[in-house]
Amino acid sequence: MCHPAWARARAEAKRREDLARLRRVRDRIDREHARPLDVLALARAAGLPAGLLSREFRDAYGKSPHAYLVARRAERAAAALRQPPIAVRTVTRSATRASSGGATRSRPFLTRLVTLTTTCVVPSTT
Amino acid sequence: MDLTINTSFLPHDDPEASLAFYRDTLGFEVRSDVGQGRMRWITVGPVGRPDTSILLAPPAADPNVTEDERRTITEMMAKGTYGWILLATRDLDATFEKVQAGDAEVVQEPTVQPYGVRDCAFRDPAGNLIRIQELR
Repeated sequence: MCHPAWARARAEAKRREDLARLRRVRDRIDREHARPLDVLALARAAGLPAGLLSREFRDAYGKSPHAYLVARRAERAAAALRQPPIAVRTVTRSATRASSGGATRSRPFLTRLVTLTTTCVVPSTT
Repeated sequence: MDLTINTSFLPHDDPEASLAFYRDTLGFEVRSDVGQGRMRWITVGPVGRPDTSILLAPPAADPNVTEDERRTITEMMAKGTYGWILLATRDLDATFEKVQAGDAEVVQEPTVQPYGVRDCAFRDPAGNLIRIQELR
């Protein structure tokens, strides 16, 4: 039988390893959100089932990896819209195209989000 | 008053891994190294800039930190939401290549930010965010 303090230290070390793995997933989203990327690919790379990754990521960071990815893309699109020479349609297309490759359900949402942002940032000329 | 910013602190969870990152990957010199085991206080800094240092220190070493607080801090370090620092260089691309070649975890490739600066970001072995911006 092992000492309780030792068992606790081992459990804490395991917890930190799990969190570090989630951190690598989040860093990968930060690094690659402009490229085609989806939760299945993230889960595969992390060696976790997609459902488990989503649950643990949400527990650690307050939102699912999918929601985090969409938020990063929307942020990037909103920033691009603040640059005057870029056409609104180009930004919308670029933000939504990165969501291909499996995560199709994010596309209508992202289009709506970016279009909404567009309406707020750039007065409509159509 | 004539104040300078002398030493900034970053926590480590594995002193040897952090030492290797700051000394071998970032090329910093080691200015002092005290303590033993996990309780090591290691001062590092850029060669030729003796006025600024980073102290790599064990987290929550203050005896008045409670057990719960210590656990929270070490978990935040692991998930990457605790320590961070902003470094700067004149040649961002060469620096990025060198640090990346040293097998550091890349968080962001060199990018122009909407607020004007161009920077990149890495993780140190303890999960601290190391942001490096380009001096113009």
